[in-house]
Amino acid sequence: MRAFLLAFYLAFKEIWRNRGRFFLVSLVIALITLLVLFIAALGEGLANGNREYIANLDAQLVVFREKSDYIISASRLEPITVRAIRRVDGVDAAGPIFTSTTEIQDPETPLKVSLLGVEADQPGMPPITQGRAFRGGDSREVVIDTNAASRGNIAVGDELRIRSVQGTDDQFFNLRVVGITGAQSYLFQPSVFVAPSTWEHIRPQSEAELKDDTPIPNIVAVRGKPGVPVDLVRARLMMQVSGIEVADLPTTISNIPGYSAQQATVQTQAFFTLLIGILVIGGFFQIQVLQKVPQIGVLKAIGSSNSVVGTASVIQIIVVTAVGVAVGAGLTYGFSLIFPPNIPLVFNGARSVLAVLALLMIGPMGGLVSVIYAVRIEPLKALRLQ
Amino acid sequence: MDQVVLEVHDLVKTFTVDGVPVNAIDHVSFSVCAGEFVAVVGPSGSGKTTLLSILAALLVPTSGRVLIDGHELSGMGERERVRLRRSRIGFTFQSNNLIPYLSAQENVEFMLRLNGIHTQKDSARPAQLLGRLGLERRLHSLPAQLSGGEQQRVAIARALIHEPALVLADEPTAALDTQRAFQVVETFASLIHEQNRTGLMVTHDLRMCRYVDRVLQMQDGRLVREYVTRQDIDELADAVH
Repeated sequence: MRAFLLAFYLAFKEIWRNRGRFFLVSLVIALITLLVLFIAALGEGLANGNREYIANLDAQLVVFREKSDYIISASRLEPITVRAIRRVDGVDAAGPIFTSTTEIQDPETPLKVSLLGVEADQPGMPPITQGRAFRGGDSREVVIDTNAASRGNIAVGDELRIRSVQGTDDQFFNLRVVGITGAQSYLFQPSVFVAPSTWEHIRPQSEAELKDDTPIPNIVAVRGKPGVPVDLVRARLMMQVSGIEVADLPTTISNIPGYSAQQATVQTQAFFTLLIGILVIGGFFQIQVLQKVPQIGVLKAIGSSNSVVGTASVIQIIVVTAVGVAVGAGLTYGFSLIFPPNIPLVFNGARSVLAVLALLMIGPMGGLVSVIYAVRIEPLKALRLQ
Repeated sequence: MDQVVLEVHDLVKTFTVDGVPVNAIDHVSFSVCAGEFVAVVGPSGSGKTTLLSILAALLVPTSGRVLIDGHELSGMGERERVRLRRSRIGFTFQSNNLIPYLSAQENVEFMLRLNGIHTQKDSARPAQLLGRLGLERRLHSLPAQLSGGEQQRVAIARALIHEPALVLADEPTAALDTQRAFQVVETFASLIHEQNRTGLMVTHDLRMCRYVDRVLQMQDGRLVREYVTRQDIDELADAVH
């Protein structure tokens, strides 16, 4: 205990008397923290923009067309398949999902959106936070997500003008906004939800597709009955419904085109930032110990134990790192308030905490070599250097 | 001045240079009593610093015995050596003696903290001792704000504050001008005598011998001559002129 108090005394006296120098190192850690937290937030934001709608599905399983490799855009199911899925024992509800993209016409800036056809009372329809769900049939009613509402400055009761290319012509459709959901981004775009018949009528399509007005779902979101194991439902689906493949939500998300590559890129950036942080901090403390060799020699010669010298170094590293991470976190919070909303930054609690924990480790990890070096300094050799 | 504090018996330290064994300390024996201030002199390479390093429990001898205040160094583990240095030995070095981020008073206090005797009762002692050394106005100055002489006086205070049995000084005047060097050694000697400590100073400056009680002259690792009488010591000190 005395050794710890002594180490604490030495560590804090040195930090306080050289606070400018130590603060500069903390500032370097703060900048690394800023970078890591922003990369983490960007990773979360990009992931959210890509997967938010799928991740929020009120379902455990997603049914794809056979051999579509779990790629939503590559999957097209027969309308009869939906009915077959609903008949499978253990399936509580199954909602077909029709995907496309379109553009909301705005006098200033057109807003690209994901156009999703869903059935109002089935999995695939997100919870309404404002207003009501659309009516079925070709009702020309639309529910929009909060991202579309805020970016397009749209409210319940407004009329949207949608532009779609059908055949070779631009077609315009008016839809009434009847409800708003929470954030439901899909493929980096805000989402708008319409009934399948409306979707089929207004979606962009080729000349050939115009001849048929039967909407073809891309996937079916399946919710199992409570108490029935998901794997059992999946096995029954595979056995009883032909021409399908079934995935859980994480598999579906990881197969969204570009999602895995994008997340791997962001994680690699974060990893290398942390690695550079470790090397920078390690380099600083190593240089500091090299400069302090005679001083550590004197400390040992007059009777300071290795544990005092080592603990003092560790305490300094922890304090400098903690201050740097705290300053960096504060800077990140400050910057996050002034960033424009179209930059996909999402400060997810778990991911940020993980990043902060990793950052708190970079000091001790980087400084480990310098602590070992300090402990191994021979007082005799150190004093002979004088 | 009867109690023997430092005993050295047939001490040998052998280094291997280019594969050839060389005795840096060659069968040296002597003892120093409490209240006695001894200088070890000799040319460069005579073994002074090696002898001091062994007495300071920083270097393990090849053979022979060293007893400090009754504690035999040979056979001690590293932890015991550290404890011995902390509690029974006081040190001053040539330069860079002080911890740069501690003030003069804190540098001296540090020895009390190190020994776990930094109590309320003892808290005034560092300032008193520094006051005796003429540093009452420099208590809160950092080493970088002190002159070389002042730094050495702080180092002397640090070497004495925890009342060690043996005080070792390695060329304490090497970095000082003549006037300051005399002041520092005179102060050192007076405190050694006053507090009845045992002092051993390694120096190449024979003029400093006028303040010591005995001089041990070394050459090629051996103790070649001992100056005991005041007249002999003064003649040695004055011989420089």
